[in-house]
Amino acid sequence: MKVGVVVFPGSNCDRDMYHVLTDVFHFDAQYYWHEKGLPKNIDAVILPGGFSYGDRLRAGVIAAHSPIIKDVQKMAKKGIPILGVCNGFQILVESGLLPGVLLKNKSLNFMCEWTNLIVENNKTPFTNQFKLNQKIPIPIANGEGRYYVDDDTMKKLKKKNQIVFRYSEVVNGSSNRIAGVCNEDGNVVGMMPHPERAVESEINPVDNKPSSLIFESLLSKIGATK
Amino acid sequence: MSLEKQELLDLKSKIGREPTSTELQIIAAEWSEHCSYKSSKKHLKMLPMTGPLVINEKGYDSGVLDVGDGYVVTAHIESHNHPSAVEPYGGAATGVGGVIRDILSAGTRPIAIFDGLRFGNIENDLQARWLFKNAVTGIADYGNCLGIPTIGGEVEFDECYENYALVDVAALGFGKKENLIKNHAKKDDLVVLMGGSTGRDGIGGSQFASDSLESEDRSAVQIPDPFIEKLIIEAVLQARNDGLIHAMKDLGGGGLSCAISETADALEIGIEMDVDKVHTRESDMHPDEIMVSESQERMLIVTSKTKLKKLEEICKKFRIGCSVIGRVKFDNQVHIKKGSKTVANLSADFVANATLLDLPSKVPDYLKNIETEKKFKPISNYSKTLMKLLASPNIASKIWVYGQYDHEVGIRTVVKPGRDASVLRLDNGKFLSAKIDGNPKHCYINPREGAIGCFEEACRNVVCTGAKPIGMLDHLQFGNPNDPEIFWTFLESLKGLTDFAKTFDIPCVGGKVSLYNETPKGPIKPTPVIGVIGLIDKKPSIQQKISKGDCLLIVGDTKDEMGGSEFFEYIHKFVGGKCPVVNFDDSKKNMKSVLDVIKNDLVKSVHDCSKGGLAIAVSELSMTNLIGCKVSLEKVPGEKLDIDRILFSESHSRYLLVCDKTNLSKIEVILKKNKVSFKQIGQFGGEKIQFFNGAKPVIDLNVEKTHKIWLHALPNLVLHGKKSV
Repeated sequence: MKVGVVVFPGSNCDRDMYHVLTDVFHFDAQYYWHEKGLPKNIDAVILPGGFSYGDRLRAGVIAAHSPIIKDVQKMAKKGIPILGVCNGFQILVESGLLPGVLLKNKSLNFMCEWTNLIVENNKTPFTNQFKLNQKIPIPIANGEGRYYVDDDTMKKLKKKNQIVFRYSEVVNGSSNRIAGVCNEDGNVVGMMPHPERAVESEINPVDNKPSSLIFESLLSKIGATK
Repeated sequence: MSLEKQELLDLKSKIGREPTSTELQIIAAEWSEHCSYKSSKKHLKMLPMTGPLVINEKGYDSGVLDVGDGYVVTAHIESHNHPSAVEPYGGAATGVGGVIRDILSAGTRPIAIFDGLRFGNIENDLQARWLFKNAVTGIADYGNCLGIPTIGGEVEFDECYENYALVDVAALGFGKKENLIKNHAKKDDLVVLMGGSTGRDGIGGSQFASDSLESEDRSAVQIPDPFIEKLIIEAVLQARNDGLIHAMKDLGGGGLSCAISETADALEIGIEMDVDKVHTRESDMHPDEIMVSESQERMLIVTSKTKLKKLEEICKKFRIGCSVIGRVKFDNQVHIKKGSKTVANLSADFVANATLLDLPSKVPDYLKNIETEKKFKPISNYSKTLMKLLASPNIASKIWVYGQYDHEVGIRTVVKPGRDASVLRLDNGKFLSAKIDGNPKHCYINPREGAIGCFEEACRNVVCTGAKPIGMLDHLQFGNPNDPEIFWTFLESLKGLTDFAKTFDIPCVGGKVSLYNETPKGPIKPTPVIGVIGLIDKKPSIQQKISKGDCLLIVGDTKDEMGGSEFFEYIHKFVGGKCPVVNFDDSKKNMKSVLDVIKNDLVKSVHDCSKGGLAIAVSELSMTNLIGCKVSLEKVPGEKLDIDRILFSESHSRYLLVCDKTNLSKIEVILKKNKVSFKQIGQFGGEKIQFFNGAKPVIDLNVEKTHKIWLHALPNLVLHGKKSV
């Protein structure tokens, strides 16, 4: 099953994501440069982390105007699973595919550390293998990772079950400790922490199984491998 | 411009005419200390630079080590001291950028950054605090954006850096041996300048770095743009994969002047270039400015006419500049033109090889009585002393620093920062361990033994992860070399490093010399910083959680070597005494034994005993595992010493081993067989860090409380100006 990894100028987790998709979970992954279109027969799209356009103006805002985003929007509408990680999440938010904004962390610093997520919605294509409230040890690495929405949107997010992941404790000042959200249909998911950095036991100092379920969820959603 | 009178005469007599202004600029840049190493080069040759794993090729800006299975690791170290002392954010950031391009120019992908930072006393010096904060942000913003993990380093504060900053950056690269750039050129090959535009920033930067810092010349500091650097990395690696690069050099100190002349000299070719072809940031730049601008994020590439189109396509894809600025000739001349007019025409060999100096040296006066100790007031409460040390800027946790660096990107980081050395996984199933270490306090008291100590400490850190040292990087930072006393300290350090490298068969694969590091109050202390790279063939020793009942052993003798210790300098405010001396035989034995024990999977954790001594090393183990430890001081091997010496001496070649009780006898067998000095000195458990002298605890601290203070002391000081103890 085909998974597209979108590459913007300045993406820097694209190769990590590609390695995990192909070598660990045996997806048929392909890179797609931001100026190209996405083929119609693609089964899932991932926007990896990094510093697209050097985070100029605001993280993700320039990449959100890349030609490829039109195709991503079309696929989102068609219900194809789309995951944005870190800068990918910021781009999804800036392109209007997900609600909210990502502000500078409360510490005003870039933060790289291991933390824990709690699964709040296990119905999305990236969380269907989790139990509700399951804990995921995972690293974050961002400067603008504080998720923010106004009170009305927050009410809506809760009502439509759009909060996918929350931090188990206060990390960066996010509204309601939100770490990841989805669109109303649940097929577009954005998250600040990096699952691709947590799925291999060699580099995960805690437990690599929970984060692996993110990719196993996708496997179960779009079927087995190449 | 800092061309010496004699150098100007040499230049005139060589070319037999008055030099043009462009020629003067080129020569001044290339003959600056920063680019030419004219004061140090003669002596640097003493370091061993070859070995079975070292790949030496012409024109590399970084060292290359063969790590087997068709893969290589590249390594380099640089500093950006002068710029960082004036503009810490941009200085530190461009320091990262420069060393990354050195790694890239061999054709390898950069996979790790290390940084060594040194500033004045941040407890009372607000400027030092400002420099520190901004240098860290500069490194974070640059390295994070590139997606290259910053996985290690060190931070140190000492009054000798008042009003100044040392920012050292080391980097590692990784790639296939077959992809290494084999620097070569054919006649009529094209010389291409790729990357950012050439502007007026960093003009005269290398000369600026070759003088004492008197004026704060901000225009000599380069402006960082990590986004362009990231695009260059991807574009260059794609061009490498497509075989489009004949030769490559990064533009660093001296800008185009150095890149053109050094490339021509290394490849034994001539280069004719036209400054009008250089893509500039401003339209009215003078040829002199274009030739010496140190604008960042630029690479010089030699390619053929037939390959140019593909190279241009790659640059277009990444939207980075790509100008054909010249072509390869076989007259060995550096011929610079503006349109059809010649502005400089010099022999490459002459430009690239400044006359080397043989500077005089003399034992410094200050060393005469430095080893004499003072009588100190006895310490009444060692718990308080230890707490004070743990909260001191040099010993407090540096998580506030490395927490701002992305140390996970690239998904190679097996052992994360904050341990002894960091470990990366490689594509051939092996693991790379690396660490940089310096110790100006020791080096001030004894430049030779201090430098050896830095080298051994970096080795120890790498050994603690189960790796065998395979290569070394040296960065020699001193004051004005024209002062014979300073030059003597340089030579002593270099000789010490050479002895250690030869005895231990660790080749020097790269290095840098930074001189003229002077502050308004005088020269900095001798500050060699040594990076050691180690290789682990199979699974590295991952530190396991220490649990109740685990045994604590120490390998190596504790000696009366308090000179330059944190205890003398921070607690007693005393500079002097005998600094630790490495015994080569013991060092070798201890290193081998610890590697044996690790290889046999007998230990849960290994920790190096260094800054702050045994008391600090044990506390670090306890704090990071949140478990208490009882240590008997009378069991510590070595001559009979007072308890302050046992607790805080910084003797080298010492390792702390933590093991499960059941493995104790097996470890003892190995250590006895290797005839090393060792002892079980304690046991883990409970909630207290306790050091006993007989039945009486001389130190008694709660782990959790101590851990909190150690963890937060640095940010409390930097952000809120608050001392924690």
